[in-house]
Order: sequence, then C-alpha cells, then structure tokens
Amino acid sequence: MANNLGLAVKPVTETPVEEVERVAAWINTEEYKDKNFARTSLVINPAHACQPLGAELAAHGFEGSLPFVHGSQGCASYYRSTMNRHFREPAPAVSDSMTEDGAVFGGQNNLHEALENAYALYKPKMMPIFTSCMPEIIGDDLTAFIKNAKNKGCVPQDFPLPYANTPSFNGSHIHGYDAMLLSILQTLTEGKAVEGRCTGKLNLIAGFDANTGNYREYKRILKEFGIPYTLLADISETFDSPLDGHYRIYPGGTKLDDAADSINGKATITLGPYATAKTFTWIKDNYAGKHVAMPTPFGITKTDAFLMKISELFGKPVPESLKAERGRALDLMTDAHQYIHGKKFAVYGDPDYLLGYVSFLLEMGAVPYHILCSKGTKKLEKEIQALLDASMYGKEGKIYMNKDLWHLRSLIMTDPVDAMIGETHGKFAARDAKIPLFRFGFPIFDRVNLHRVPLVGYQGVTNMLSTICNKFIDITDETCEDRFFEMMR
Amino acid sequence: MSHPIKKVEGITKESTQEMIDKALEIYPDKAKKKRVPHLAPNEGEGACVKSNRKTIPGVMSARGCAYAGAKGVVWGPIRDMVHVSHGPVGCGYYSWGTRRNLMSGINGVDQFAMQFTSDFQEKDIVYGGDKKLKTLLQEAKELFPLAKGISVLSECPVGLIGDDINSVAKASAKELDIPIIPCNCEGFRGVSQSLGHHISNDTIRDYIIETREFPEPIGPYDIALIGEYNIGGDAWSTKPLLEECGFNVKSVWTGDGEMEKIAATHQVKLNVIHCYRSMNYMCKVMEEKYGIPWIELNFFGPTKIRNSLRKLAELFDDSIKEKVEAVIAKYDPLMQAVIDEYKPRLEGKKVMLYVGGLRPRHTVNAYEDLGMAVVGSGYEFAHGDDYERTSPEMPEATVIYDDITEYEFEQFADTLKPDLIGSGIKEKYLFQKMGIPFRQMHSWDYSGPYHGYKGFPTFARDVDMAINSPTWSLVKAPF
Repeated sequence: MANNLGLAVKPVTETPVEEVERVAAWINTEEYKDKNFARTSLVINPAHACQPLGAELAAHGFEGSLPFVHGSQGCASYYRSTMNRHFREPAPAVSDSMTEDGAVFGGQNNLHEALENAYALYKPKMMPIFTSCMPEIIGDDLTAFIKNAKNKGCVPQDFPLPYANTPSFNGSHIHGYDAMLLSILQTLTEGKAVEGRCTGKLNLIAGFDANTGNYREYKRILKEFGIPYTLLADISETFDSPLDGHYRIYPGGTKLDDAADSINGKATITLGPYATAKTFTWIKDNYAGKHVAMPTPFGITKTDAFLMKISELFGKPVPESLKAERGRALDLMTDAHQYIHGKKFAVYGDPDYLLGYVSFLLEMGAVPYHILCSKGTKKLEKEIQALLDASMYGKEGKIYMNKDLWHLRSLIMTDPVDAMIGETHGKFAARDAKIPLFRFGFPIFDRVNLHRVPLVGYQGVTNMLSTICNKFIDITDETCEDRFFEMMR
Repeated sequence: MSHPIKKVEGITKESTQEMIDKALEIYPDKAKKKRVPHLAPNEGEGACVKSNRKTIPGVMSARGCAYAGAKGVVWGPIRDMVHVSHGPVGCGYYSWGTRRNLMSGINGVDQFAMQFTSDFQEKDIVYGGDKKLKTLLQEAKELFPLAKGISVLSECPVGLIGDDINSVAKASAKELDIPIIPCNCEGFRGVSQSLGHHISNDTIRDYIIETREFPEPIGPYDIALIGEYNIGGDAWSTKPLLEECGFNVKSVWTGDGEMEKIAATHQVKLNVIHCYRSMNYMCKVMEEKYGIPWIELNFFGPTKIRNSLRKLAELFDDSIKEKVEAVIAKYDPLMQAVIDEYKPRLEGKKVMLYVGGLRPRHTVNAYEDLGMAVVGSGYEFAHGDDYERTSPEMPEATVIYDDITEYEFEQFADTLKPDLIGSGIKEKYLFQKMGIPFRQMHSWDYSGPYHGYKGFPTFARDVDMAINSPTWSLVKAPF
C-alpha cells in the first residue's frame, strides 16, 4: 500500500550540523542568488494575493454592502481572515459554497440559494458578487445566473447585484479591486446620469488602500478645502468602527445614493491609478466633469500635486491650514534628514504604494536601492525609472519586476541595505539581514494599529519620517559601544 | 469512565430549544429545514446533532476547504519539507504562517515555513500545469538541498483542468531521488477542511509510511504523538512531558514534524493521538496494518492531563506507572497554585466555544478546572464520532451547534450572555464589538502553548486577562 513512489526504503537520518551551516551560509552568496534568479517556475514568498481579495475590499467600501463570493467557501474564509488579521475588525462576507456537484452542474443553484439566504439573514442593501477559481474554470455565466435569480425572486428586481469576474490565475488583488469597483459603479449609476446636472462634488477613489487612516486623511484635507466630496469605496468606517457594545454588520461605507449620483460629479480623481485602471477608463467615458488619475500622494511633491489639482478643479486656493501643515512637515524633514539621508532601502509592494515609497525616499535624500514588485508591468517599471532618473539619489536604484521576496532576500544578503519598507511578509528576510522592516503596506499581521496611521499627505510624511528616523536612532542607541552612548542624538 | 451530569443554572432543554427556534425564525424555509438538525440541546450521550454536511449557501460559515485541511493542518507543519501550493497564488498566500504551527530549524535551510507556489497564470489553465510542476520541483530541489521531501498540494483549478500531478510526482521523485507527494486536496472537494485531513492521511499512507526505518532498535516505550500540531509551541510542552513519563517520542505528527521520522512511525509500539478528527485515519491504518494500538489523550487542564497520563500508564508496566505518578505528584501542586490564583476571579464565568474538530470538547474541562462553565459548544468540521465524544463533556441541555452560522452564533451569544467566547479570527472582532471578551482558540490568539502542564498556566493567564481586562469596564461612555 505504502511507498507508491517506489523509492528505496532508507534509514532515518539527521542532517549533520556542518551541512546545515554550510547551506545556511550558501544561501547568502552570489552563487545562490544567480541560481535563485534563474528560477522560471517556482514562486517563493510572493508579495501579492489573488484578485478576489481586492474585490472584497472594494465591496466592503459601500453602505450596507455584503461581499459575496461565488465559488468555494474556503476562499471566502481566506479573504475574510486576511482582512480580520490586518484590520483587527470584523469582515462580514458570504459565499455560495460551491462543491463538487457545482463543478459538474455549474454554480447557478448555489448562487440562487445563497442570495435568498444572505438577503434574509444579513439584510444587505447590496451584494457585490465576485468569483474565485472554480466558476471561472467551469465557465459560469454570471450575467444569466443573476438575471434568473431576480426573475425567480431570490432578491427584489431592483436589488443591486454588481458582479465581477475575478480569476485568481490572472493579475493580483489590485486587479480584483478594479474589476469589482467598476462593476459596483456601473450598477449603481445605471440610468442616473442627468444631462446638465452637477452635484458640485469631487469623487475621490483611493485605490486598493488598506490603511483606514489614509481615507480619513483624504476626508480631512477635503474638509479643510471646504469641498463637497464623495469618497468612493470608503472603507474607513467599515474597518475602523468604534467599540461601544453593539455590533453593526455594516458600520459605514459610501452611501449608495451618493455613489449613484457620483456620475454627475464636478470632478473625479483616482489616487490609485494602477488599482483602478479599468474603472478610470470607464469613468472617463461615462462620468460628467473632469477626470484625473494621479499617484497616491506619498511625500511632499505628490501631495502638492494633489492639492494643486483640487485647487485647480474647484477654483479654491490651498487653505492656509494645509500650507501650515506643509511647512510643519518640511520643518520635520529638515530636522530629521540627517538620520535618513544616504540610507539604502529595499522597498516592495503594490504598484501605487511602491511609487509612493520611492518618491518619498528620494525627497529625503535616501536611496531606494532594491525596488521590487511581485506583480508589476513594464509601464510601472518605466514610471519608477523616471522617478529614479530625476534624482541624484536614484542613480543606484535597481528595479525588479515580477520577482518575489525570496529574490529580495538574495538581493539584501548579497548587496546589503539599511532597511526595508513593505508589509509583514518581508519580516523573515529583514530578520536574516538584521535590518528593520517598516510596515507601511498591506497586510500587517504582526503590529497593532499601523493600518490607522495615515501615510498620505503632509501628515503621512510626518508619520513615516518619525517612524523611520526614530527607529534608526533606536538602533544606534541599542548597538553603539558604551563610550558612544550619548544623551543627545 | 462515567461522567457526572453537569448542570448550568437557568439552562434547560426547553430554554435551549426555544433559543434555537428563535434563531432559526428568520431563515427561508429550505435553509431552516437544513439547519434544524445541526442545532440541539445536549442530551448527555450520542451525537446530538447532524454533522459533516454541506454548508448552506449564502451564510457566514467559518469553514475552510480541503486544501486548508491539507496545507494548513496535516502537511504544512512538517518542517523539513517544501510544501508547494499548486495552482494560483492566493491559497498559499492566505495560509502562509497563519496557523502558528511553530517550527525548529533555520528558515529556508532546513525548515521551510514559506510560501511555495506554482502561481498559475491563464496559460497554465489553458495548457495545463504539469510541465511547470516538473520544472519547479527541480528548482525546489536545487535551491533547498536539505529538504527531505516535497508535497504538492492541489488547489481547485488543478483538479478541474485534469492535470495529472500524480504522474509528475512519481517521475520527478525518481529523477530527483526525493519523496514527492501528490495530494489531490482541491478546495471544492468535500464540505470542509475535514476531507483535506482525510486525503492527506491517505497520502501519508500511500507515499510516506514504511519508506524509512529507525536505525536504532525499537524499545518498549517507543511511541508516536499523533495529531499534535505545535500551535504556539504545544508540542514543546507535550513531547517533553511524555518523555518525563518515560516514553521515547519517536515522531510527532505533524507539528514541528520531520518527514523521515513520520515515515518510520510504523515501527512504534503505541500511537498517542490528540486531535482525533484530523488523524484518526492513520491511527486506524497503523492499527490494522502494523498492529499498533492507539489511545486518545487530552492535554488541556490538570484534571484531563492527570486522567490521560494514568490511562496511558495503564497500558505499560510498573516502571511507567511510577514515573507517571511522580510526574503527577510533581505538577499537581504547581497546577493547584495556578488554580488558586485565577479561580477566585473566574468562578462561575460562562464560556461559549466554537472551534474546529477537537477543542470544543477537549478544552471544556480546562475551563472547569478554573471554575468556569461551558454553556455552548460546537465544531466547524466535526463528524458524528466527535459529537458522541462531546455530549458527556458538556453540561446538561447546553446548546450544541454544528457549522454554526455567524447569525446563529450572534443570536445565541445574545441570549446566553457568555463572559468569554473561544473561537476563530473571523468571529473575534464581531463579539468584541458586542463587548464580549474573546480568545482565538485555533491560534491561541498569538499566545501559547496551551497543551500540557507547561501550557495550563498560560491558558489560565490568557483567560483571566481576556475576561478581567479593565478595558471592558470603559466600553460604556459615561455621557
């Protein structure tokens, strides 16, 4: 029965200590790095997840919205627990629990039964549907299934059921975010465009951003400007709700009416162009007013650009309060520059964040040295290169597109840096290299509250800079010889 | 062992049934009909509820899939193997380091708590992934020369597109001279993680067991510890405990596990099983095929540990019995000190449990050691034999729930007003928002170990910390 492989039966062995030590040293060498980079098929420690995770994030960003996974239930549990761990908040979502018979007969029955049950139990105002692998492979026809569901009365005819195909074998979580957001906006705005009407509002899209502090920061900035706005896919309340003894399944999100009327907005800005490429293309063709895609405002220059764009679109000057904030951020930057200037960083993450890290570091005279995206494009590479080319601190920067964190480990072990910026999954590499990891990205499983600390805007500059510089000072204090341990730093 | 009937004030068969009926009112008829057999008052014996059935679509279920049972539970914890999540990137990503099955060794050198994936793209779906698999197995062998074996864990697409991972594994195993285990654990198979456990047990049976032999002669006290996953270091408590009792623990399945020792487990004299649900299959195989008896033990809380060790000693000679009594005599006062410290603060507190396949019954007595009462319990993926084992542990007429939906759980908690809920990450924040203290009982909430004498003080501290944290008294604002 056993030994189906037909290999010889061998004695149990222990790997000799010397052999372990030899390999432990070998994996830090140039030779190993070359072998590691020669990989064509095995992916090791990738820094990206699959499309449906992003779809779920977008779906959580609307009022009364219950994310709905069409596929295996295990998928839904994985997405939910990832959200739970990062935000330390509930992440209510359902699945239609497709199993083997679904693979044979298709998932229509599951979808219909699930819609009826979820509608009765959780009383949502909308259920954005997105797919995991199984229905994508067997070719379920969501358009027909959903139409049939409404005709059968599983949910009322006018109940919004946006849906997106989010195959996990294509793209990453940011593409799922894009597909789901697009479908939600298409569904909610259908027939809502009114010729000549203008809400006077700015529609703002953050992109795949799992930092609730950033959303609050955008809202604060717009309030300072005194500009009416609709923040689309606003997860700031969903994933940062107060503890007061009552559980609210839908604690926030963009109001469905506001989302519907966003098509009549005065202007629409996306601050996550890589995570909203399709959505933005559609918005340009369908939304009233002006349309702008610009980088996530990490650092001074990008924040300046964002504020100037708002100022231009709405004909309002940048408010004094934000000017003062800029001045205070600059004050810190000059106060703190000596602790970060010239330091080399390895940075990795999603495209929109990655661009932000690079420009922030360059502004500080720090060196973005190894720049890695485990799911990126030539366009992204060009854009990062342009940032590097524009700064004398960018000369040494090398970009690694579609490489994983095991590649990054080889890079930092053979060509060391002072620190890493990324998310939790890089902690093993950072530990091996004995350098700090700054957790600015998604997900963060191993620190509390960081997802609430804004990274965008002038306030974001202040937060990132304080975190980084104080850590470097801590390291000096913890590692310097006694005679160099001083009162002042 | 006969069990005294435990009672909780205010809980009767009628009150529990009323609570169940009320929670089901909201369901559409078809769904209600399906849910009814999964919820019942405890009858004290037999399986009170139906189990191991499909989850009804559209509810918030805590269940995972067969892949999760294979990767997360059975295969993943084996430290010296490369475990390849074969298919798209997500499954391996979400199960990367999220179970807390700790491992010894050097990461990437002789221990591989990492995310290895074939990262399927559209072309792999269209043309199949077998060729890619063959190449990646070579790459894994080359980059991780100290890996003792490779498991290939199929994700949904692999089974749907008709790839033949078994042939690739067999050919590559010969070529690379390393065990390569194909595990057809696609997530759509079965109704929960449970089938993934079973499939993984079967692959151990078919590909691993008997392929290694211990070089030293087998002694009378050579045992294996089965269904111990080293969550938060549990095995680093239970293995030394068994050793202190005079046993040689030749292998641990699979927490901090070593492939070769697992492969030689057919030589041991006894299998000690902790998590029955996930590994009873291989215990039964080893019993039938090699005549190895097995015994179920419970390492939660001093009462159960004491009973378990004595039950174990009964199978051996006086030298073991003496050692076991000495161990109990050594630890009992230490455990009593823990109880003396915490019981005054925990006496009479009520707990609801909802975990995977073992802890909803195995931890009941550990709470009782601290003076607490479990007023509701249930499993994500248990079978009838688990519920049979649960009834005698639970107080009379308390609610038993199978594959509970988040809605029902919320309703029950609202009625029973527990002082603590022990469940998973997906439930944690919901109940904390309700103001109910909570501990994750899959991952020990980033604490542990909870097993054995080493674990109980930590368990008691954590339960006390959760319930008596002063933060709860500040939840209601004074204005």
